[in-house]
Amino acid sequence: MSAADRSPLRVVLAKLGLDGHDRGLKVVARILRDAGMEVVYLGLRQTTDTVVAAVEQEDADVVGISMHNAGHLVLAPRIVGALADAGLEVPVVIGGIVPDDDRLVLADAGVVGVLGPGASAEEVATCVRDAAASRGRG
Amino acid sequence: MDGDETVVADLVTTACSGDRRAVARLLTLVERGGEPADAVAEATHPLAAGAQVVGITGAPGSGKSTLTDGLAASLAEAGRRPAVLAVDPSSPLTGGAILGDRVRMEAAATAGAFIRSMATRGHAGGLALAVPGMVRVLDACGFDPVLVETVGVGQVEVDVVSVADTAVVVVTAGWGDAVQANKAGLLEVADLFVVNKADRPGAHEARRDLELMLDLSEVTGQAVDRPAVMLTTATEGTGIDDLWSAIQAHHGRLVTEGRLVGRRTRRHRAEVRSRLEHLLTEAVEDRIADLPALPDGVPGTVARRLAAELLGE
Repeated sequence: MSAADRSPLRVVLAKLGLDGHDRGLKVVARILRDAGMEVVYLGLRQTTDTVVAAVEQEDADVVGISMHNAGHLVLAPRIVGALADAGLEVPVVIGGIVPDDDRLVLADAGVVGVLGPGASAEEVATCVRDAAASRGRG
Repeated sequence: MDGDETVVADLVTTACSGDRRAVARLLTLVERGGEPADAVAEATHPLAAGAQVVGITGAPGSGKSTLTDGLAASLAEAGRRPAVLAVDPSSPLTGGAILGDRVRMEAAATAGAFIRSMATRGHAGGLALAVPGMVRVLDACGFDPVLVETVGVGQVEVDVVSVADTAVVVVTAGWGDAVQANKAGLLEVADLFVVNKADRPGAHEARRDLELMLDLSEVTGQAVDRPAVMLTTATEGTGIDDLWSAIQAHHGRLVTEGRLVGRRTRRHRAEVRSRLEHLLTEAVEDRIADLPALPDGVPGTVARRLAAELLGE
């Protein structure tokens, strides 16, 4: 095994804009930590710029964005686009309240995974690992 | 590993031209260790210009991240190119970590400071191996100063900070009394003390206790350069400029009194030492893994015999 295979996955977690419900994000951070990953926790009130800067400087393998304000159809594609514009091929996973009909729209927009309420710890960790593997990590 | 060397050389060129993604990639290679990390070290060593390294440590919750944020933000606004290495502990059980320092570093991030979070990754002095290499990458890429922030709870963290040009130890009101201050450990490595959260009751008493301890250091002749004790309220930005002036004053004394060279020699020795320990540990692990069964006998005697074989005596 090379050093790259052994090293923990690095995951940036954030919420965007005016969305104060961060309990879910904190639970996800803990789940990923306990799954052996390194979580760079940005928390509340982030912008696309601060997320892109963090992903770049932290050399993240996956970005997780939590959304509970129904902004996902606007904000998720915006994050995917901003990362691509910055030359960062980092998979985006969305967590939160996403109606089933919107999942296809997000997938078309380049979102790699969506986690809804009730996802088990194992599902969360697997989703993030699969996302990393989709870009050659993990 | 010619492939690695070509990839690394390209990355270093890109990183030095100001591409932050390439800088981040190099930091990852160093952090992961192994041959790519050695290639990065070889490529960045000649480029490192000797950036000022400031270590910031203290107990969890003392306000290190907020202080570091204030320092890095005001340095960036003043036209410097600060970088921050923010270290948080890994879980000894799962190896995972929650790196939360960026939450408190919005001002520095907005002002353009380069911030990198890292986990201690627990085992066998990994931090002591990775931090000097990562500082070297940042230095080579033109970042100056480099602020290294660690939780000062373990020997390795203390070692990492104690080899900075200036080691800043952060305490808060109510952290302990004059007896605590005289216990050995973290406080001994300080070049500067900060009593943060100075807007809270007890801050002046905390400063008094530290000054008393420093008086005793002078009595016993231990003090070469008596550390200043600064009061800050990092959340308000109060005292940040004075803290930077005090860090600069300390650095200036190191230069004018010819002690900076000694510090950096000490840092070099410490790094060589941790790399040597790492190589020996690997050799020991390989040797133990190769043995079908450990020879019988008194453990100490068996170990001595194996050591003699390993070292070719």
